[in-house]
Amino acid sequence: MKPFDYNRASTVDEAIATASGAGSVYLAGGTNLLDLMKGGISRPSRLVDITRLPGLDAIEWLPDGAVRIGALVRNSDLAHDANFVSRFPAVAEALLSGASAQLRNAATAAGNLLQRTRCQYFYDTASACNKRTPGAGCNAMGGFTRTHAILGWSAHCIATHPSDFCVPLVALDAVVEIEGKNGRREVALEAFHLLPGETPERETILEPGDLVIAVRLPGSAAGFAGHARYLKVRDRTSYAFAIVSAAAALRFENGAIAEARLAFGGVALKPWRAREAESLLAGAAAGPDVFAKAAAIALTDAKPSGDNAYKIELARRVAVRALRLAAAGTPERVPALPASPFAAIPGVSAHV
Amino acid sequence: MGFDITLTINGERRVIPLEDARVSLLDLLRERLGLTGTKKGCDRGQCGACTVLVGGRRINSCLTLAVSLDGADVTTIEGIARGGVLHPVQAAFIEHDGFQCGFCTPGQIMSAIGLIREGQAGDDPERIREGMSGNLCRCGAYLGITEAILEAQTKMPPQNAGEPV
Repeated sequence: MKPFDYNRASTVDEAIATASGAGSVYLAGGTNLLDLMKGGISRPSRLVDITRLPGLDAIEWLPDGAVRIGALVRNSDLAHDANFVSRFPAVAEALLSGASAQLRNAATAAGNLLQRTRCQYFYDTASACNKRTPGAGCNAMGGFTRTHAILGWSAHCIATHPSDFCVPLVALDAVVEIEGKNGRREVALEAFHLLPGETPERETILEPGDLVIAVRLPGSAAGFAGHARYLKVRDRTSYAFAIVSAAAALRFENGAIAEARLAFGGVALKPWRAREAESLLAGAAAGPDVFAKAAAIALTDAKPSGDNAYKIELARRVAVRALRLAAAGTPERVPALPASPFAAIPGVSAHV
Repeated sequence: MGFDITLTINGERRVIPLEDARVSLLDLLRERLGLTGTKKGCDRGQCGACTVLVGGRRINSCLTLAVSLDGADVTTIEGIARGGVLHPVQAAFIEHDGFQCGFCTPGQIMSAIGLIREGQAGDDPERIREGMSGNLCRCGAYLGITEAILEAQTKMPPQNAGEPV
């Protein structure tokens, strides 16, 4: 690991001032950053430790029912907060499907948003990668691509964003609060991550020194609490990144779907919101046909970026299954186990 | 650039000078403090062999910078037996053959203690397996590990983070 300077910030202003220089990065849980530094993928010259910043580790309930998740709230603390789970069960389900218990005890809410892709070619410093070295090329293309993107990829990068947490968050209209050199601003999570385009090295809208302060969910998102699920398909039942995942949330009125939310993970370089599918579902009676139509619309623009055309059909099926599970109702306990989608789930057909 | 950090390790408060901020908690325990019970498997957060408790919660010590933990309370495998009496999880691992070669065992045991303290798994083997998925065992002793935890959790009620193991 390359040597670095270490600063422990005691105020947000001090952190931003210290981290604004070139080569500086923030350290919170460190579960992704230290791994990247050990592999020589990230080579910062300064770490600004924000773990002691006051006021960023709280789950706050606002008067309008919104919840404000402090940047430093640990993944496990959020996923096991009874109030939070009762209002946003799919978010808890997603969190608990990610990483391992040890990592969730360390990893933070903001760090989850800012984790880097797990593309093997990004991790392998002997491979060309436009993210690591802009203009170097992409060895993933034409390489081993079964986990790579099927939506929103470009000729410069076919990586995916690995977060589970972000998938229900983007479906539920989460907002990211950012503090920077010019004060505080907010951005919808949907606009926070950038698709690769011609600049895959630019991963988010953050500018140097910008610090994510909190992630907020609107109170209205709790209206989906009775019918919200996160379904994740991966190479093993636990402790693996999603090949494809989906968050589905439904709100019923008079027996019909009044409002629907659908988002995918593992398919693109950002959590992928399927708004057209949501529109199609609004007003419909829940059922396999309309779910299949919604899934088809959601994947209309999907294209394989290599040997991964199977992920398009997989994403359709995961969407249909997630919608059926959501329609059946949020389980009493989150996460519902066994986590494998191949396990029998009472009342739900294994074949869709 | 040097740093002095203070850690309470297995109940003993220690002031530790660090010349280099790169030292992980794992390397500090093994190389500086002689606490080699905590194992270095992958050193990248994938195998769980380095699991210890910090503030009563299980973490991967390989992915934690020691300097960032200044002031923390750390419990390692060396700190869980009381005198000559094994911790209930240690005793249960022996009783149920929860290991073969033993390399992953300190991490498995610390992770199991963390799991039981979290109070999420109870006596459900599926939840125990899910909660232990961050600890790999190349010998495949998972059956015995699950049985050991099922037994140990009956002797170790859920605790708060601040309470001793």
